[in-house]
Amino acid sequence: MAHQIIFFVLALIITVFSVMAVTSKQIIRSATYLLFVLLATAGLYLLLGYNYLFAVQIAVYAGGVMVLFIFAILLTNKPGESLKTELPVRRIAAAVTAIAGLAFCAHVIYYNIKKVTVLVEQADLTPQQLGHTMMGTDKYQYLMPFETISILLLACIVGAIMIARKR
Amino acid sequence: MILNYSQPLEITNLTGWLDSALRSSMSEFWVLLIEFVLVGALLLTAYAVIALILIYAERKITAFFQARYGPNRVGKWGLLQSVADMIKILLKEIVKINRSDRFLFFAAPFFMIAASMMTFGAIPFGKGLHAVDFNIGVLYVTAVSSLGIIGVLLAGWSSNNKYSMIGAMRSGAQFVSYELSAGFALMTIVVLAGTMQFSTMIEGQRFCWNIFNGHISSVIAFVIYLISGHAETNRGPFDLPEAESELTAGYHTEYSGLQFGFYYLAEYLNMFIIASIATTVFLGGFLPIQVQGWDAFNGIMSFIPTYVWFFGKTAVLIFLSLWVRWSFPRLRIDQLLNLEWKYLLPINLINIVLMVILVLTGLTLKDIFGIM
Repeated sequence: MAHQIIFFVLALIITVFSVMAVTSKQIIRSATYLLFVLLATAGLYLLLGYNYLFAVQIAVYAGGVMVLFIFAILLTNKPGESLKTELPVRRIAAAVTAIAGLAFCAHVIYYNIKKVTVLVEQADLTPQQLGHTMMGTDKYQYLMPFETISILLLACIVGAIMIARKR
Repeated sequence: MILNYSQPLEITNLTGWLDSALRSSMSEFWVLLIEFVLVGALLLTAYAVIALILIYAERKITAFFQARYGPNRVGKWGLLQSVADMIKILLKEIVKINRSDRFLFFAAPFFMIAASMMTFGAIPFGKGLHAVDFNIGVLYVTAVSSLGIIGVLLAGWSSNNKYSMIGAMRSGAQFVSYELSAGFALMTIVVLAGTMQFSTMIEGQRFCWNIFNGHISSVIAFVIYLISGHAETNRGPFDLPEAESELTAGYHTEYSGLQFGFYYLAEYLNMFIIASIATTVFLGGFLPIQVQGWDAFNGIMSFIPTYVWFFGKTAVLIFLSLWVRWSFPRLRIDQLLNLEWKYLLPINLINIVLMVILVLTGLTLKDIFGIM
């Protein structure tokens, strides 16, 4: 029962703040509402027993991405004060795209819901297991994707330095 | 169990009795509910009380460093001074700022206090006095403590004040950079201990603390952790986000009353949290000093309860941090960032590799001397 209550509270937080993040006119408030959504998602991971994902969600999104967002907003000049309402054609196009996205996600979730219950059974992943999976070269171990992503990130860092360096 | 000696003063006797008394009269659900509420209330109380004690200690020690008396009028030796200050701050008016973002202005202190409270819960204060013990303990602490910076940034933005804004930007830059070093220093020890869980990490340090076990590498990591932890709390030579000569009070200039109190409390508690994480990870946590084979000595040491050991070790580190605070002049922002990115981070990265080599080649003290 406690699980149910916590789930409903988190779900309510996620839905309410997602809507508020989109409808708010001030961009810094949107960022804050988005942060609440991300934190509640971390709460869902905790509820499922995936402690590692919970910590990573908080460290990466709340600690990293959101700080960057807020920094970027703080550095802009009077953000959100000259915001105009878009043309009706654009609004309709946006609404259609949003509904199409929702329908696609709903379809995927509906057809995979049975598989999800199977996947969730093996909860309480230890960091050791996770490390071996990330760093191994056997079947169902992912050294290659891991290294590819790190090379991609390295390229991003080098690119950022190239753009930001003194000439 | 970790300690097989008699421990008559241990708190587990009391909590064990309480748990069995509750279980004998109620169903599982209610027992858990009552215990959760009790643990939460106790942690909140401990949070406030520790902050009061720290504020008093800080003022006395500061006075000692500056060759003056410090608080000595309220109560014996000024003992009630911080209680009086707390009552004063609770009674103060909360000022509303014109043209400020009201919602964010009120929300910001809660980020700060929630982040430090969540970290506070993960500290092992003694045997059986450990609320949150994930198998990813170290990662949890670094992740959750990073939430506090959002409170600082939002406070600076929503105050509608240049000084607050500059203070928040400085604080953000400082926190984000030094968090890296603190995280890497902790990771060095995770490599050594082979676990991220605080309880197992403490268990592994029974006869040989991590700071001795990894010798060179551990000591470097310890020093780096203390420096970067000190910088993360915006104190000592790194207090330029609130440099009063340039920025009045930095990001919390516009706050008053209890909201200012939140920042003040969180700052002191963060100092305590950094010291206690350092104690847990490097100095054997709440375990008494024990030597393998010296049974009589170990018995006597175990007679002192574990929470006394924990608070003793933490107090030493807090004293160290105050010593640093009053011994060095404030850094400039470029010096601060240079120190992190040009010195601490490269040293840290090399240090991790060194630690991996030490562990893999069996050169840790435990391997060399065959300690359990």
